[in-house]
Amino acid sequence: MTIQAVENKKFRCGLFVKKIFSLIILVAFLVVSSGVLANEGHAEGEKKKKFNAGEMIMHHISDAHEIHFLTLNEGKYNEKHLAIYLPVILWTNKGFQVFSSSHFYHSRKTDKNHGGTFFGYKEFVMAHEHIYYANENGGLTNDEKGEIANAHPLDLSITKTVAGLLITGIICLLIFVGVARRYTSGVPDKPRGIQSLMEPLILFVKDEIAIPSIGHKSADKFLPFLLTIFFFIWIANLLGLIPFLGGFNVMGTLGVTIVLATIVFIITLVNGNRHYWTHIMWPPGVPTAIKFILVPIEVMGIFIKPAVLMIRLTANITAGHIIILSFVSLIMIFGQNSAVAGYGVGVGSLIFMIFMNLIELLVAFLQAYVFTLLAAMYFGSALEEAHH
Amino acid sequence: MLSVGLGTLIWTSVAFLVVAFLLKKMAWKPILKSLKERDDFIEKSLQSAEEARKQMSQLKSDNEKLLAEARNDREKILKEAREMKDKIITDARTKASEEGDRIVASAKSEIEKEKNAAMADLKNQVASLSLEIAEKVLRKEFENKDQQQALISEQLKTAQMN
Repeated sequence: MTIQAVENKKFRCGLFVKKIFSLIILVAFLVVSSGVLANEGHAEGEKKKKFNAGEMIMHHISDAHEIHFLTLNEGKYNEKHLAIYLPVILWTNKGFQVFSSSHFYHSRKTDKNHGGTFFGYKEFVMAHEHIYYANENGGLTNDEKGEIANAHPLDLSITKTVAGLLITGIICLLIFVGVARRYTSGVPDKPRGIQSLMEPLILFVKDEIAIPSIGHKSADKFLPFLLTIFFFIWIANLLGLIPFLGGFNVMGTLGVTIVLATIVFIITLVNGNRHYWTHIMWPPGVPTAIKFILVPIEVMGIFIKPAVLMIRLTANITAGHIIILSFVSLIMIFGQNSAVAGYGVGVGSLIFMIFMNLIELLVAFLQAYVFTLLAAMYFGSALEEAHH
Repeated sequence: MLSVGLGTLIWTSVAFLVVAFLLKKMAWKPILKSLKERDDFIEKSLQSAEEARKQMSQLKSDNEKLLAEARNDREKILKEAREMKDKIITDARTKASEEGDRIVASAKSEIEKEKNAAMADLKNQVASLSLEIAEKVLRKEFENKDQQQALISEQLKTAQMN
């Protein structure tokens, strides 16, 4: 046996683990979805890269222009990707441009900077999922700091996160319009079907979140918003926990939570009564000297409260994804060295992954609850009447 | 993850607001309305049940009160009747004894009257008898003077005894 043959064998063993893994994923995936586009392999002769856990994890939790399920024959001449290519929508200096992201993913180009590869299509290039106008050579231009200096169009693409968002919205509508239909048909009746699952949750938001935080009088006014935000976050979180479905990280995307927090912020400010503003701008019963310290803190508090809301949700959901992906990476890392180690670690990792998934199920609910509860408490404080 | 794209912001705002609006109109309003209706219905049912219970107990206590009243009335009537009976008996007894007394008294006075009448009569008879005797004596005296004298004194003695 030549040295090359030994190397080759090792290599194949490592791949075998991945193949098994891929096979399991494939079987499950084929059951789940049939509308998947299989695409052509990438350029031949590409070298097998060493597994990079950090890169893999960041890739999974970051937004993308495709929903990527798996890669077959990775690094080989017949490499195949199973993915849904999402539409790219760009507002350019020549108006809207809409095309499939498959054009990008099928035109891989290399660059010494920026992680080596980028994608080019028409007058656009995409590096790290950001779309820029290509320079005169059809590539990227770097400024002195090594950052990409290309101008970029407004990217209104249906990215993975946006797709997750839309799916969440559609699921919410399907479930609750269906549930509402059960309520409106005829006399008061005991809940049935999905209604009996959702009713306790609706009552939970109503009786445990809205009424204690806002009070009986005004709770009804905010209840629709609180219910929407609770179920929106919860369902989006659950969507991200479904394996093989591209690992949506909707509520772990800052761009999403920032919008939700901003809406909470606006509603709080719009509903703030005299009592609320007095307590911020000129707190009664405090010495004037202290007021000059207190007022800036209170004013900052207005902004910090929703910011905390946003960061907590993003961090919790992303952290959950990172932990689960880390356990997957462990198998990969050990599997690269030897198949036995891969299997051995795989068993342990699997147990931890199941455990983490269960915890994440709890976290998915908990974060929706915490976000809704805090939003309700902010509304409640904005509406609080003077009682002294 | 941490980079905030303008596209994501726009899409999230639009998607969330549209979903929130549609859910409010098509789901939360009817759901919350019928939940409230059901709550009201349950509360009303409970209230009317409570009311019925109260009415029932009211009725029961009313009945008991009526019963007690009736019992009291009976007692009272019976007592009155007994008293009446006693009074009638006592009255009758007094009346009877009074009547008896009265009869006895009148009888007594009658007897007295009769006795007095009889006595008067007797006196009259005695007087007339005395007169007759006196006549007879007087006649006889006219025959025998001594004898007449003796007789008169004797007769007088006899008359004095009465």
